[in-house]
Amino acid sequence: MITETTSGNRGLLQAEPLIFETGHATGTGVDLPAPKGLKSNLGALTRKAALDLPGLSEPETMRHFVRLSQKNYAIDLGLFPLGSCTMKHNPRLNERAARFEGFADLHPLQPTSTIQGALELMDELAHWLCTLTGMPAVALSPKAGAHGEMCGMLAIKAALEARGESHRQRVLVPSSAHGTNPATAAAAGFTVDEVKGDEDGRVDLEDVVAKLGPDVAAIMITNPNTCGLFEPDIKKIADAVHAAGAYFYCDGANYNAIVGKVRPGDLGVDAMHINLHKTFSTPHGGGGPGAGPTVLSAALAPFAPVPHIVLRGETRELREHMQGTQAFGRMCAFHGQMGMFTRALTYMMSHGSDGLRQVAEDAVLNANYLLARLKPHFSAPFGDRPCMHEVLLDDASIKPKGVETIDVAKALLDEGYHPFTTYFPLVVHGAMLIEPTETEPKRELDRFADVMIALAERVKAGEVEFFKQAPKLTPMRRLDDTRAARQPKLRWRRGANDAGAKVAAE
Amino acid sequence: MTKRYTKDHEWVCLDGDIATIGISKYAAEQLGDVVYAELPAAGKSFAQGDDMAVVESAKTASDVYAPISGEIVEGNAAISGENWQIINDEPEAGGWFVKLKVSNKSELDALMDEAAYADYVKGL
Repeated sequence: MITETTSGNRGLLQAEPLIFETGHATGTGVDLPAPKGLKSNLGALTRKAALDLPGLSEPETMRHFVRLSQKNYAIDLGLFPLGSCTMKHNPRLNERAARFEGFADLHPLQPTSTIQGALELMDELAHWLCTLTGMPAVALSPKAGAHGEMCGMLAIKAALEARGESHRQRVLVPSSAHGTNPATAAAAGFTVDEVKGDEDGRVDLEDVVAKLGPDVAAIMITNPNTCGLFEPDIKKIADAVHAAGAYFYCDGANYNAIVGKVRPGDLGVDAMHINLHKTFSTPHGGGGPGAGPTVLSAALAPFAPVPHIVLRGETRELREHMQGTQAFGRMCAFHGQMGMFTRALTYMMSHGSDGLRQVAEDAVLNANYLLARLKPHFSAPFGDRPCMHEVLLDDASIKPKGVETIDVAKALLDEGYHPFTTYFPLVVHGAMLIEPTETEPKRELDRFADVMIALAERVKAGEVEFFKQAPKLTPMRRLDDTRAARQPKLRWRRGANDAGAKVAAE
Repeated sequence: MTKRYTKDHEWVCLDGDIATIGISKYAAEQLGDVVYAELPAAGKSFAQGDDMAVVESAKTASDVYAPISGEIVEGNAAISGENWQIINDEPEAGGWFVKLKVSNKSELDALMDEAAYADYVKGL
């Protein structure tokens, strides 16, 4: 808690306790007469203790949530350089389209004759995704990136079963992979075998070839990879994987760097998820699950999850069975996240194919601009060549001075920036992964670079305490993440906190 | 009693045919404050290089590999008792992970001695 002011507020930023601590247990926002002559039929099950829900008036409730919302950092507030997350601007045009009642107010169980427009939109989105990736099929229903990975790996599993090769149990995953890759492979019932990275931060082709064998089901590779580098051997890897009878899963998390420029289908990819909230500008976590459609090669397409959208004459249908397919099942109750489909297609159509190509070009240009400005001031492990969409720095040059990655991240909070991704990828010690995206103008990149350079200067000047004390200006100071992990308090309890106990006693 | 190190930063100390195993001071420093560790049960067997234990810090989670083949005799009760701090405070003493009955002592020959490991760490 802030202690500098009597109120606990800081300027016009209000300190806000938990709702259980502000709300009065006996208060209520609605003034209704007590029920008379009501007989409970619950008998012995009637509640004896008070329910202890917080009671707040409407203005108090409103303030509580608005105050909380003001503590949130958002892409609409400023640069959000979180690497591998593609925090790009969410265009307002998307929001307008998503709120059209023909898309927004549908019920998933409505007769399909009444949702033809929505089905056409999904079909059109599928067409764009297939065309951009050069893949013949797409499953729209997965709700997020990792869910899309699951979809791809289950399709691979089903394809292996259909081939009578269920003994293929091993999945190769590079050491630089997103943690979700090995987790997905394991959750789908495979065993994970790590592939080394070479000294250039890329997947070691020789190690891939050495590890391939008749028991390998698939390889999972992110391209561009988590070091922000394009995998130049990707086609050779795909060919070797296919020659060994295995499938190639591509993690599409970094697709923003190559959209419109490279078709993953041409690289030999068999399955790839696409995070609509990254490349196609839908909000991260916006109002419900996201969407992680998974494109599939001809070899995997027959195993795509249901439902399928089928055009018969003039009308579209959602089909659970289709001739010539052996769907492995379904990924969710219905067809996926309509709100994200609408936003993503709006983004695609408003940019056009040339605009999407420029998205990738500008994303890469912005990252390289930051790399060029920051390289003289920080250690950049692969900084001797251009990067793709994100800049990888590490703390090798500042650590001898007593400052590490986490300290720079905390100091950035005081400067009003959400920090970059810290300590990932794991293959680089003290990694700082910065992804500006294409939506930042040069002046904003310069502002951020100036801040980063000023911090590097402070390290050089030996201001270690400045970093260890940061953040100083945030509502909460530096948290003890060790204690939080060692002794986590996972539930609020009345009386366990002074403020709450005081309210209860009143 | 000689201490040997692996490239993955485990140490192993042999006394008779019982090896005490832990993670190196360098590894503990790189991890930062340990917030969780999972030790294998006594009686479990491992081949050299197998995933044997797990250690997690606020920064990262990491596998601990068996530096030598054998059967687990005992896990460190301090660690099972959730005293994670001992791994940071005394990584190469009281913060040992397991004791293991060694099945092939000659496997130790391929591992680094203290001087070689110190050189190896310097190069990282």
